[in-house]
Amino acid sequence: MPADRPRSAEALAEAARRRRRLEHALPWLVIAGMFLVWEVACRAFAIQPFILPAPSLIAESMVKWWQPLLSNAWATLLTTGIGFLMAIVFGLALGVAIGSSVLVYRGLYPLLIAFNSVPKVAVVPILVIWFGAGFWPAVLTAFLISFFPIVVNVATGIATVEPELRDVLRALGARPSDIIAKVGLPRAMPYFFASLKVAITVAFVGSIISETVAANEGIGHLMLVASSRFDVPLVFAGLIVTGVMGVLMYWVAVTIEERTTGWATRGQNDPRLATGG
Amino acid sequence: MATPFVRIDGVAMRYGGVEGTLALRGTSLDVAEGEFIAVVGPSGCGKSTLMRLVTGLWPSTEGTVIVDGREVSGPLSIAGMAFQNPTLLPWRTILANVMLPLEVVQPHRGRLRGERAAYEAKARDLLKLVGLAGFEGKYPWQLSGGMQQRASLCRALVHDPRLLMLDEPFGALDVFTREDLWDVLQEVWLARKPTVILVTHDLKEAVYLADRVLIMSARPGRIIAERAVPYPRPRRLDLTYEAEFQAIVHELRDRISDARRAEASDAR
Ligand SMILES: Nc1ncnc2c1ncn2[C@@H]1O[C@H](COP(=O)(O)OP(=O)(O)OP(=O)(O)O)[C@@H](O)[C@H]1O
Ligand SMILES: [Mg+2]
Repeated sequence: MPADRPRSAEALAEAARRRRRLEHALPWLVIAGMFLVWEVACRAFAIQPFILPAPSLIAESMVKWWQPLLSNAWATLLTTGIGFLMAIVFGLALGVAIGSSVLVYRGLYPLLIAFNSVPKVAVVPILVIWFGAGFWPAVLTAFLISFFPIVVNVATGIATVEPELRDVLRALGARPSDIIAKVGLPRAMPYFFASLKVAITVAFVGSIISETVAANEGIGHLMLVASSRFDVPLVFAGLIVTGVMGVLMYWVAVTIEERTTGWATRGQNDPRLATGG
Repeated sequence: MATPFVRIDGVAMRYGGVEGTLALRGTSLDVAEGEFIAVVGPSGCGKSTLMRLVTGLWPSTEGTVIVDGREVSGPLSIAGMAFQNPTLLPWRTILANVMLPLEVVQPHRGRLRGERAAYEAKARDLLKLVGLAGFEGKYPWQLSGGMQQRASLCRALVHDPRLLMLDEPFGALDVFTREDLWDVLQEVWLARKPTVILVTHDLKEAVYLADRVLIMSARPGRIIAERAVPYPRPRRLDLTYEAEFQAIVHELRDRISDARRAEASDAR
């Protein structure tokens, strides 16, 4: 860097502020830019609305159908949320078991991998047979698809505890349960929250898959109905609502993560910020 | 000596299976209850390994380790240990790190909830004693290496262990802090008379603090010599400048040099 003259602290702080403003604005600029290009392309090439509707058409459709969009989005949010909570409870428990016991790991891991390889669309019909179409298949699909990343991450976090940290507790004569509670779990928390960010987005995928197969409400159901009526703008409206919900949930996960595991990044929320400039 | 508090008898330790590193062989030593001993020896000779065997963190490959009349078969709960690295838990504040043993070791574990304030005051006093007042709420990574090492010393002391195992606790400190902490350790020892095994590279430190200094051979390590230190306590730092004290330090130094030379000729 050609920093011949020492820059004043104030100038540096101002530059940092400007950079932070840019970082906050950037996602919005990118999104706005994407819609703009989309709109211009649709008009310039006169693309038919039932192939690819322009953003303006989608917005119109959103305004027109805001009520069903909102109520169905709520239904999806509910099934996703419940499935996700189940995945957290089950994923944490199984992750701790697998991470702290080699026997459980050897016994269960292959089965878990096999299970995770099964496409969840294929499971939905079975769930429908068991529980009937609607609420529960969506909840369970969200659960089934999102617990795996949680299990793997929590297990990894616990299994990779530095031997030195474990020895600190062992040297005090601690019980295995103490070691898990005082070293294993706290140490696994950054891994856990990292997995939540993945899990919450795939949970949405799960419940929407289920809704498009067998349901009478939810954003997936709405898109299915809209496409059967060739109302393509409404299908896209559904997609956008889904995307927004995904981002919101992701943001919630990130916020919780930053509040609880600041130690893992040594107080620097994003190391990339420090190296930039 | 009556029945020793710690008895190590013909212990061997090999890491990593039959072909692994032989860290200790034929190591024997006795420590009386309330005694303060220092272990010195060339780097890599198995001092940290010896500490792990005595606290039961690792099982020995051969021989027996007896502490407080019982053969050690798993981790002890009467020991306080300071490792060669600070090993503080990064998600806990310094105060919470120091209080960790209280959450694990009985009887403190059962009392902690009811007498939290008293225990916390004790932990704060210890931190103040080692010069860390004002850092209670900081996280380990916000402290320098030497400060972390001091906090880890507090963690080893907070539950008044009967057996104190210190693995180069002052290695990362500057001379002045180190000398301050020698006196802190001496004070703690005089007040509670725990049995102390101190591993150190600093011969002056060994002679100043210990009743007996044990010298280990090069790897595979065993005790090859010992030197009793006659001075009564409390000892004062002026002592370290006296000719007789320095003669003892020199004598130890020569014996370690011999041990290292033996190692070098073995390697050839
Ligand atoms: N976990 C381990 N696995 C395999 N080998 C080990 C392990 N720990 C120590 N060793 C080996 O055992 C020998 C003794 O190690 P130890 O840490 O006890 O030495 P030390 O006397 O404490 O050395 P220093 O004074 O440098 O701390 C060394 O040769 C080392 O390579
Ligand atoms: Mg060592």
